[in-house]
Amino acid sequence: MMGGGGGVVIPSFGHGDSCVTGDHAFCWGWVRDHWGDTLGPALWQHVELTLIAVGIGFAIAFPLALLAHRFPRLEQPFGAFSALVYTIPSLALFQLLVPFTGITWTTVEIALVGYTLVILFPNIVAGLRSASADVVEAAHGMGLTRVQVLTRIELPLAMPAIVGGLRIAVVSTVAIATIAATLLPDGLGYPIFLALKEPTPFKTEIYSAGVLAVALAIGCDLLLVGLRRLVVPWARASA
Amino acid sequence: MTLADAANLHTFVDAFRFIGDHPVFLLQKAAEQLELSGAALAIAMAATLPLGIALGHAHRGSGIAIAASIVGRGLPSLVLIAAFLTLLGIGFVNNMVALAVLGSGPILTNAYDAVAGVDRDTVEAARGMGMTWRQILAKVELPLAVPLLFTGIRVAAVTIVATAPIAAIAGGGGLGDIIVNQASYRLSGVLGASFCAMALSAAVFVALGGLQSAVTPRGVRRTSVNEVPERKESL
Repeated sequence: MMGGGGGVVIPSFGHGDSCVTGDHAFCWGWVRDHWGDTLGPALWQHVELTLIAVGIGFAIAFPLALLAHRFPRLEQPFGAFSALVYTIPSLALFQLLVPFTGITWTTVEIALVGYTLVILFPNIVAGLRSASADVVEAAHGMGLTRVQVLTRIELPLAMPAIVGGLRIAVVSTVAIATIAATLLPDGLGYPIFLALKEPTPFKTEIYSAGVLAVALAIGCDLLLVGLRRLVVPWARASA
Repeated sequence: MTLADAANLHTFVDAFRFIGDHPVFLLQKAAEQLELSGAALAIAMAATLPLGIALGHAHRGSGIAIAASIVGRGLPSLVLIAAFLTLLGIGFVNNMVALAVLGSGPILTNAYDAVAGVDRDTVEAARGMGMTWRQILAKVELPLAVPLLFTGIRVAAVTIVATAPIAAIAGGGGLGDIIVNQASYRLSGVLGASFCAMALSAAVFVALGGLQSAVTPRGVRRTSVNEVPERKESL
């Protein structure tokens, strides 16, 4: 089940200069040689895995949160359910979906989407609730309809919390997506698995893929901080 | 494709049969996983609880607390485990350290938030009554901080137990040994062990919830234990 099966040519050692064969702490030469066939594609797959998961997760969480905002009684059961989902080990969840959807991207994405829902839903609900009762009352008094209150007052005020939820969701998804490599030969987790399968773990591959994963998480987070500036121009102070 | 076709049902029946056939083996693996997780949690607590409480008491270093929460989420467990494997070799210690690092974030962040978040007026009142800083910490700040502080420990514990199966790829043992070894245990074993890993995490989550209500001083029992154990991001 690990990786793509036995037939894969392990690219780790390549043509192997002395740094690689001696497994020194870090070999820039290996990174240069294998950016094109290993690290680059893995990084790109990782970005795809993450974007799809957070995109679908948001598309599901947003309407659900609107519903829970309109009918507060729905929130409690969903909260309890999501707390339970959050305790499921990712390694186990990927495997448990295999009988239903096979060893496919669908399986990986269902699991990743599940984890993003747990983060996005409560954040969006909390955001929608951040408009003070007085403000909403005043808006009703001015004759705004319920939809207008939502789009002109509650949603703009919810933006900081929504972007905050997206930040956590993206960063955690980047992290969890490395585990997808237990199922598929995709994402930044895969080079790490290959490196661990060598007779002695190949350090350069572990470090380079690991640094890329962490850098991807930080990069996404910074992008969302930038997005926050755009959608919440009135709250420039703290990031 | 129908989801619940016969083959799938069969797969899950086999998984439960595997559990029924190997209860001792699975319990042993679960115990291994708990041992690793317990050691990691103990180290994480020993390293970060005093720091978080001290910083919170002094109202200093909120930057460290925030950074810890972000770092805790952004560091992929696989990367940590693999990196510590290269530094400490294969086996128990490298996994313990990696999992401890993973659990440190929520403990530190929540300990800081819990102590720093105690109402300033309350602390002032205690000081006005002539309490020393030790007494303020022991009798005012810590009891009031218990719910949030314990939530951090609970989040860390669940994160560690739920991540521990991955340690199997670096010689950590536990239920993960079965999950990543389909060649030996077949799909039924992989799924059976996955169910067990799920049950183990859920059991830790529920058990610590019970412990949390038990250790929370009666005077501050207002927060529901069944809330999502997630730090509300401060914005």
